[in-house]
Amino acid sequence: MPAVSKGDGMRGLAVFISDIRNCKSKEAEIKRINKELANIRSKFKGDKALDGYSKKKYVCKLLFIFLLGHDIDFGHMEAVNLLSSNKYTEKQIGYLFISVLVNSNSELIRLINNAIKNDLSSRNPTFMCLALHCIANVGSREMAEAFAGEIPRILVAGDTMDSVKQSAALCLLRLYRTSPDLVLMGEWTSRVVHLLNDQHMGVVTAAISLITCLSQKNPEEFKTCVSLAVSRLSRIVSSASTDLQDYTYYFVPAPWLSCKLLRLLQCYPPPEDGAVKGRLVECLETILNKAQEPPKSKKVQHSNAKNAILFEAIALIIHYDSEPNLLVRACNQLGQFLQHRETNLRYLALESMCTLASSEFSHEAVKTHIETVINALKTERDVSVRQRAADLLYAMCDRSNAKQIVAEMLSYLETADYSIREEMVLKVAILAEKYAVDYSWYVDTILNLIRIAGDYVSEEVWYRVIQIVINRDDVQGYAAKTVFEALQAPACHENMVKVGGYILGEFGNLIAGDPRSSPLVQFNLLHSKFHLCSVPTRALLLSAYIKFINLFPETKPTIQEVLRCDSQIRNSDVELQQRAVEYLKLSSIASTDVLATVLEEMPPFPERESSILAKLKKKKGPGAVSGNELEEGKREGGELNGAGERPGDSSAIGASNAVRLHIPTHSLNYDIIYPPPPLFQSTPSPSADLLGLRSAAPVSAAPPSAGSLLVDVFSEAGPAAPAAGANDDGFLRFVCKNNGVLFENQLLQIGVKSEYRQNLGRMYLFYGNKTSVQFVNFTTTLKPVDPLVEGGAQVQQVINIECLTVFSDAPLLNIKFRYGGALQNLTLKLPVAINKFFQPTEMSSHDFFQRWKQLSQPQQEAQKIFKANHAMDTEVLKAKLLGLGTALLEKVDPNPDNFVCAGVIQTKAQQVGCLLRLEPNAQAQVHTHFPVRALGLESRPLGVSSVTTLSLCVSVVHHSFICNKCL
Amino acid sequence: MIGGLFIYNHKGEVLISRVYRDDIGRNAVDAFRVNVIHARQQVRSPVTNIARTSFFHVKRSNIWLAAVTKQNVNAAMVFEFLYKMCDVMAAYFGKISEENIKNNFVLIYELLDEILDFGYPQNSETGALKTFITQQGIKGQTKEEQSQITSQVTGQIGWRREGIKYRRNELFLDVLESVNLLMSPQGQVLSAHVSGRVVMKSYLSGMPECKFGMNDKIVIDKQGKGGAGDDAGKSGKQSIAIDDCTFHQCVRLSKFDSERSISFIPPDGEYELMRYRTTKDIILPFRVIPLVREVGRTKLEVKVVIKSNFKPSLLAQKIEVRIPTPLNTSGVQVICMKGKAKYKASENAIVWKIKRMAGMKESQISAEIELLPTNDKKKWARPPISMNFEVPFAPSGLKVRYLKVFESKLNYSDHDVIKWVRYIGRSGIYETRC
Repeated sequence: MPAVSKGDGMRGLAVFISDIRNCKSKEAEIKRINKELANIRSKFKGDKALDGYSKKKYVCKLLFIFLLGHDIDFGHMEAVNLLSSNKYTEKQIGYLFISVLVNSNSELIRLINNAIKNDLSSRNPTFMCLALHCIANVGSREMAEAFAGEIPRILVAGDTMDSVKQSAALCLLRLYRTSPDLVLMGEWTSRVVHLLNDQHMGVVTAAISLITCLSQKNPEEFKTCVSLAVSRLSRIVSSASTDLQDYTYYFVPAPWLSCKLLRLLQCYPPPEDGAVKGRLVECLETILNKAQEPPKSKKVQHSNAKNAILFEAIALIIHYDSEPNLLVRACNQLGQFLQHRETNLRYLALESMCTLASSEFSHEAVKTHIETVINALKTERDVSVRQRAADLLYAMCDRSNAKQIVAEMLSYLETADYSIREEMVLKVAILAEKYAVDYSWYVDTILNLIRIAGDYVSEEVWYRVIQIVINRDDVQGYAAKTVFEALQAPACHENMVKVGGYILGEFGNLIAGDPRSSPLVQFNLLHSKFHLCSVPTRALLLSAYIKFINLFPETKPTIQEVLRCDSQIRNSDVELQQRAVEYLKLSSIASTDVLATVLEEMPPFPERESSILAKLKKKKGPGAVSGNELEEGKREGGELNGAGERPGDSSAIGASNAVRLHIPTHSLNYDIIYPPPPLFQSTPSPSADLLGLRSAAPVSAAPPSAGSLLVDVFSEAGPAAPAAGANDDGFLRFVCKNNGVLFENQLLQIGVKSEYRQNLGRMYLFYGNKTSVQFVNFTTTLKPVDPLVEGGAQVQQVINIECLTVFSDAPLLNIKFRYGGALQNLTLKLPVAINKFFQPTEMSSHDFFQRWKQLSQPQQEAQKIFKANHAMDTEVLKAKLLGLGTALLEKVDPNPDNFVCAGVIQTKAQQVGCLLRLEPNAQAQVHTHFPVRALGLESRPLGVSSVTTLSLCVSVVHHSFICNKCL
Repeated sequence: MIGGLFIYNHKGEVLISRVYRDDIGRNAVDAFRVNVIHARQQVRSPVTNIARTSFFHVKRSNIWLAAVTKQNVNAAMVFEFLYKMCDVMAAYFGKISEENIKNNFVLIYELLDEILDFGYPQNSETGALKTFITQQGIKGQTKEEQSQITSQVTGQIGWRREGIKYRRNELFLDVLESVNLLMSPQGQVLSAHVSGRVVMKSYLSGMPECKFGMNDKIVIDKQGKGGAGDDAGKSGKQSIAIDDCTFHQCVRLSKFDSERSISFIPPDGEYELMRYRTTKDIILPFRVIPLVREVGRTKLEVKVVIKSNFKPSLLAQKIEVRIPTPLNTSGVQVICMKGKAKYKASENAIVWKIKRMAGMKESQISAEIELLPTNDKKKWARPPISMNFEVPFAPSGLKVRYLKVFESKLNYSDHDVIKWVRYIGRSGIYETRC
């Protein structure tokens, strides 16, 4: 039987509990409980008055039974009665029962609230604490409604006991978390902040949790807490370990409070006041110094407490990212932890280092630990630590150590955990691409990657390697040799076969001189893999075969034999069958010259061309039937289904940096300032990013040769990479519509939903994490969002937009987040164009032309004649014009082919009326042999405005028409 | 086929573990414990599939018997085997309890070796097993005896050994029935059936050929047509319709199929000759008439009348009526004319016990139940009133017409055999809604 203290013990309860524990079976337990319940029911029958002790005892028993998992549907009344008792134990049991068992039951809540109110207004601190604990434990909305007004008063009242203040602060924090709208701090703010100066450390500790939570929601109001927090922190840090008595934990002064203070400081930018800043830096230095001191105790608690403060301090240093000295010291400190024998410390050190690596000040310092990190990757037993090590390697990689790191990651990949392989492959591919100076190294790396972890290599990776090989003459021979060797492995991955097939088909001739890799040997090697491959790979291999016929006429009979066999020419798959039939005919009918022309080597992928233009060119439709074209066509098919463009490259970002969004905290509108750069940038990028991932490491330092190596070819050949980047295209799509996907890459998808009324708009941005790993430090330039985006989760952001005046450039949205330790940075155009603020206007034919004629001065008119890219479909055109936001006026223009529209652009400053006229000219022939139709457009403003407005409108409209994705 | 057999106590500790096949790993024992015995939710299905391994379990009091297999076995066979195993254990050491199993573990392993071979069930006839698996050490068996055991176990009549001799040839026949009933408050029978067993204890010399006859409707009707019209006419309603039945392995099924006659060479000692079920013309020994009245929110009045419905000369025994009480009962007052009644809080019921009651009588109990008002809006579900009893007749109406014994080799005839017949009807689930 459990020991029970004499005075307060409830013997009946102890007996009951020991009975239950002694029960042999579940049935016996239920019997015992039923018996006890019946007993309690008979006691609670109501005709007898129970004394406080028995009430307490039975309520306790009920609580115990409830905790065993049985339903309790009576006894609430008795528990509420206990609340009005004057004995501490009885009150305590009453509150306990209520916080565990009472749900929002209307009649009882009123009684309970009454009892709580009584206790709160009593002078007895223990009773007040009990009441506060109950409020916090229940924490329901009803509770918040009843007490949210009272608790701040208790918290800041001068005569409140310290222990009550502590409870009140935590209780308020709880209520604020459940229903922030009910807890109005307003007038209390400054007094709550001044709790940081309280004598009592417990009060400070409790208050700081509250302040941290509150200041995350409205940082401005609590700004004053920074200096207070710094002074408090410096007092703690500089105190001797014995000064704080009760709050010294294993020789560490107030570790919890220190951590919380440091965390609070992380909500704010570095203090602007020099003195405060100096003091803080001093504190941080002291903390770093203390870490170097020999431990005062061998107990694990001592080192835990010390390290907790240290890591928080380092997090703060990283957050500020402005003190190179501190950053480097932090990095050195972490370096020591990397070899610590405690796994948790190693993990934490690696994690913090990942963030340190992206700071320009400490990047070099982090790099000095590369050997240790590589060692950790190889020898670490804990998989989560290995993963962190891999993250850190990725983060610390730059041009100087790329080769080493990629090699290490590749060798680790062979033994890596399956759960992180995909991520590792992606990282290796990105690093290899980003820091490639030597093409043969790049080719080697990627082929190795395919060999080691073929299953985890996505399509883009091998497309990319092929593009690079094709574009670079000097690497082609080497690549052919390497793939030939790689293919000789008895079991090689399908992706390897694809790369091999493509490269040998193109450049097999470069190694044909060697008798070991004679044409026939090459062919046999490829064909030996044929039967093990899936249909798309087989199709690719068939194309490679026909190219072989061109490259090596001596293989023609063999290959024709292969093509002619039933398994090809009568294949059940239409694609394969068609290829076999066509290639067979092509090889037997066409003369050598024709063959050579048709099967010419692939032209280099366009390098310095904007993806938009490249795409426009491609749209000439199905052309000549050549092997290459067939393949091209296939890719193009994928491309047409919504491949996009790379993000606005770095120069574009630089140019449009002048466009800024100012978001005052209170009035949620932007001022849009507009310098007049062209609406669309088609500047070539110095270094394209393979997967739309951008690292914070300086990219512009890349030598020009590397720049030209890594061109924007993705938009050409990456069918599986929908919108490998950016959003010029995405932006265009939004000219005529309001909802859709703005941007998508492998990590992130951004969806937009928007609505506009007059000069106001509201835009919902949805950030979807496509990976299984969480994004941390997720920030956008607009408004603060939740900094953590879990894998597969979506975060929503609402922006209110007000058009102040006419503008030409879309506002930019900059998104930063950390994925696997590396900083990702994206800059996108928000899909806001001037036409969004169009208000449609209906008018009659007479009115329209009257006004049209009035607006004939040069600055009132803009006109543009451009070629249509597609056949003009009246319905499509109508839909586009409606999507533009103007009213489409039917039967106004005497010429039925023409379209006229009218609308008013609403801005805060002015309203600009616009008349639009679209005059398609279906007959006009241009001197190329393509049928091109021209369409004209005119627009005249009603009000007074500059020509820029008009040309703006026109260019928006124009672009919406040349882009077929607008709808 | 069965891969292994485990026996656990109520806590999930393994008492017996016997693995017959290599495909059952050590962790199978734990898998069953974790997923069935200690499962968060009570596992109702007797067959559980865990990681492509099937577990078949039965529970006897606090003991779990689980058969394990990785193959696609005949589940009915496995359960039949498990029940047989229970019977065998009960025959060897009485009640199956943790204590008994611990005390007899050597014996159990020996039995398991004998009745399952590489997972295939073997002879599980208690009588036969007892000849060579004994609890008293090994008697020095002669070569002759050993060969006899071999021939008997592998022979045609595995359940009886030769050369049994009794001075007095005696035979006991028990007809044990349990009657199940669900009745509406108005006295309408919602469902009723009788499941019965014919248990025989035979102490007969030699290899006797027996023939068992009862008032099976099909047999009687056939005879009636055959010409013995007066016999059938005399018995009138006396014949019963048997819905389905199973026999002990000694019964010649081919003969039953063709002539519907039950003939067999009985095993020595006690065994179950047949099992059957009837649903028609059941004699319900008791009628329960409930009357429940709610007086306000805090009081409930219950009156229950029971009427016995059989010959006044017969006496029913061990009568127990269980009247469920609401979950918020705070006090009970009971008045009954006969027997003793008590409120059992641990079972949430009033239990009324009567030792004896003659036929065509009636008795009554009335109770006042006080209730505690609760804030729970759920209404009490009113579980049915259940009843237990024992009566000295067969509620299905089954009658043993004859049991003839023929032994040609030894010189005793049917008349020399002393035969005893007894009928016992018990309650199964005998419930009346209120």
